[in-house]
Amino acid sequence: MRWLPLAIAGALICTPVFAQDAKKEIQKYQQMIADGSPVELFELEGEALWKKPQGPNNVSLEKCDLGQGAGVVKGAYARLPRYFKDADRVMDLEARLLHCMTTLQGRSREEATKRVFGNENQPSEMEYLSAYVASQSRGVKLAAGTSHPKEKEAYELGKALFFHRAGGWDMSCASCHGEENKRIRMQELPVMSKPQFARPIMATWPAYRVSNSQFKTMQWRINDCFRQMRYPEPKFASDATIALNTFLTVTAAGEPYRGPGTKR
Amino acid sequence: MRSALVFVICSIFCTAVLAQDVQKVLQRDFQARGQATMDRVVQDGLQRLCTDTNDRPPGDVARQLEADQMKTIAFPAGNLIGDWKNGERIAQNGRGLQWTDPAGATGGGSCYNCHQISPQESSHGTLGPSLLKFGWMRGSGPEMQRYVYGKIYNAKAYNLCSTMPRLGHSGTLTSEQIKDLVGLLLDPASPVNK
Repeated sequence: MRWLPLAIAGALICTPVFAQDAKKEIQKYQQMIADGSPVELFELEGEALWKKPQGPNNVSLEKCDLGQGAGVVKGAYARLPRYFKDADRVMDLEARLLHCMTTLQGRSREEATKRVFGNENQPSEMEYLSAYVASQSRGVKLAAGTSHPKEKEAYELGKALFFHRAGGWDMSCASCHGEENKRIRMQELPVMSKPQFARPIMATWPAYRVSNSQFKTMQWRINDCFRQMRYPEPKFASDATIALNTFLTVTAAGEPYRGPGTKR
Repeated sequence: MRSALVFVICSIFCTAVLAQDVQKVLQRDFQARGQATMDRVVQDGLQRLCTDTNDRPPGDVARQLEADQMKTIAFPAGNLIGDWKNGERIAQNGRGLQWTDPAGATGGGSCYNCHQISPQESSHGTLGPSLLKFGWMRGSGPEMQRYVYGKIYNAKAYNLCSTMPRLGHSGTLTSEQIKDLVGLLLDPASPVNK
């Protein structure tokens, strides 16, 4: 797998790529990388982890309630983030997994969040589990919670965060994701506040990234945007990150989930 | 009458979150890491105004704040055209100020992330305007040197809600690095102007 990004990068550099051809080239590349993606391996490993007894209570996550009842994985991801009465807060997939790790398995938050983002040699437990749970929503339309007052609150906070300018470089999410037909280097920038752009993106995260051979979650995507915006680091599964995720997923509502995706 | 009605309706349905509330959330839900310290989530005057007005501040206030930003720029004396070859390296370099970058290490300007600059580099962003032939079209006199230096040092002195970072003011680039970038854009020998 490692040779593929190099070969493509080589092809892109060695052939003169003009702006009007760039889009076609990128689309061709995206088709190529979708074939032979190792996403399925992450899904299988995630399923094994889901069923593996762990923690002081030595139980698996099979009784974890992802919003559709204890142990129901089918279609659960497409309906997140949503409000959970037992935690009295809106949670996205990773926040909910963390909740189940601490409540069901009896693990400490510190231990369970020690390594939430993995690397190419050793993916994280969260990444494997996200791949599995998300895969069980393929074909289900995205429908994050919008009826509970706390879900409405999360959406409004996420929207405000999206347009909030701060950090070392005065940026908001909209600085890059606010105008159509813009790129950073060769990377096209979806206008995430508009449904037609948010839909295909949110329907394919979490995702495998070919350029660094890693499986990445939505929590990571948000974290890495803030790193590049020169902000301090968002705390894992904090209300701010879940609010942003809520805003983005509600904006993408109705799109059939077809991930985990494969990205450049 | 009509505005009273809007007010009543809004007080019931409008749930817009104020920038000061967002700032409190950031202070609670973010943490310092490496050189990315928590003071960065505290908005300064222009960040707050640009957020509150969707980047369309009232003209008179904008002029006043732009004048304040202009005062942050320390223009070096003499020729501001540095080494364009080094400028090209700085323009290519996307590091600096992130929690993954070592504090105090020399970073870059991330210029190609947003701008077309030298014609040889086809991997360039489009968030900012193309700078191809910048000096060829505008000349490279003292006034133009001063404008380019100032714009890179603090873009907000010229356009308050510009998307462009304040690269000198934020401590991303040194005065010498900015001069090298002025060279990249204005030096007749630079590939930008060929």
